[in-house]
Amino acid sequence: MNTLTIVGIIVLGIIIYLIFSYNRFQVLKARIKEALSGIDVQLKRRIDLIPNLVSTVKGYAKHEKSVFENVTKARSQLMKAGSLEGKAEANNMLTDALKSLFAVAEAYPDLKASDNFKDLQRQLEDTEDKIAYSRQFYNANVLEYNTRIKTFPNNFIGKMFGFTEEPFFTATEEEKKSVKVEF
Amino acid sequence: MTTHSQIAGNKFRTILLILLFMVIFFAFFYIAGLYFQDAYSLLIFGLLFAVISSIGSYFYSDRIVLAMSGAKSANKSDYFDFYTSVENMSIAAGLPIPKIYVIEDDSMNAFATGRNPKHAVVVATTGLLGKLDRAETEAVIAHEISHIKNYDVLIATVVAVLVGTLVFAADWMLRIRIFGGNNRENNGPLVAIVLLVSLILMPILATLMRLAISRNREYLADASGALLNRNPDALANALIKISGDNIPLQTASNATAHLFIENPFKSTSRNAKLISLFATHPPVEERVKRLREM
Repeated sequence: MNTLTIVGIIVLGIIIYLIFSYNRFQVLKARIKEALSGIDVQLKRRIDLIPNLVSTVKGYAKHEKSVFENVTKARSQLMKAGSLEGKAEANNMLTDALKSLFAVAEAYPDLKASDNFKDLQRQLEDTEDKIAYSRQFYNANVLEYNTRIKTFPNNFIGKMFGFTEEPFFTATEEEKKSVKVEF
Repeated sequence: MTTHSQIAGNKFRTILLILLFMVIFFAFFYIAGLYFQDAYSLLIFGLLFAVISSIGSYFYSDRIVLAMSGAKSANKSDYFDFYTSVENMSIAAGLPIPKIYVIEDDSMNAFATGRNPKHAVVVATTGLLGKLDRAETEAVIAHEISHIKNYDVLIATVVAVLVGTLVFAADWMLRIRIFGGNNRENNGPLVAIVLLVSLILMPILATLMRLAISRNREYLADASGALLNRNPDALANALIKISGDNIPLQTASNATAHLFIENPFKSTSRNAKLISLFATHPPVEERVKRLREM
């Protein structure tokens, strides 16, 4: 084989590697996008449970108006939230409003004993876990993508095609504050 | 060692074990080829036999195992913790939610099966669900979901097919050797001796390798699971509870034993070293040690 053929094979090899590497970056980026919307899926599940909860509690405690208003307001804030941080903050506000709602329910033993209420309560707690795990999955995908952007030889290829780091999901300042438990 | 390092180490060890296995496989058929003219066709026939006998179990592993174990579909309201654990671990793993089943049995055990994430099933006994708390249940589920994510049913099937090929071929060759047949005449007694030793030893070696791979994938499932639920201690505690429980699973059989989280056949005697080579699962003490280090 003459030198021209060898050079040709090497160039072809490099081009094929570039194609595979570029496609891999795109696949990882698409996964991050999907994981991001996965978080929204879990937030929506939480949003959808609220009206049922509010009407159940209203059935027993009609006059606790301010609590219901707070929960409903927090819910619509979450529905409107746009950015990743915005959604996290809105979700925290909803969690706080729900805490007050559940605290109020403590005073109504019939409500507390109702199966419907208990089921809604544990489902809501479960949505908090689901949101946490969907954020964790998002971070796992960001980790894989960011690692690839930084390691050799894909760091050069990444720069060549303009791939940049994606942000991890981090806790807001509010969330980092320690929780006060008062009895 | 951190979770990530353990996962990387286990994946690397899988590759090493598979390579070693391939070396044994080809060495066997090379030696056989020195003596038998038909070694190549024996390889093909053995492969065909092994593939055909494995095809059913590969494609229908979920339905077969469910039928064999008498499992019933688990609904969310009756088994809320179990059901939501499977949902949540699937979310963390980015997998579709598997079908969820329960076996009514006092023993503590759980398994996952299915050739790929789209056809997966997770099963737990009522004994296990009753004796583990939420965090421990979730840890066991994380381990099972990891088996699905890591395609362990596929790997186990491929390895079983290769072992089966070798065992079939060795069996036929021994028969040919004993009853006479197409031998290459120009080889001396040394080749005959090497061949005889290989025919007897290599199937045993292949089986040991298959079990070594099975144990390696169990360590990997432990580590991958810890990466899902971020709570390796919960799995360690669950394993201690499960191994301390001496009730054997009624519906387990040799065919399904390797899928369970703990060896469903509880051994009463302790010939530790010898049994450990033939075990599908690593010893609990070692699994707990690695989990506590994460």
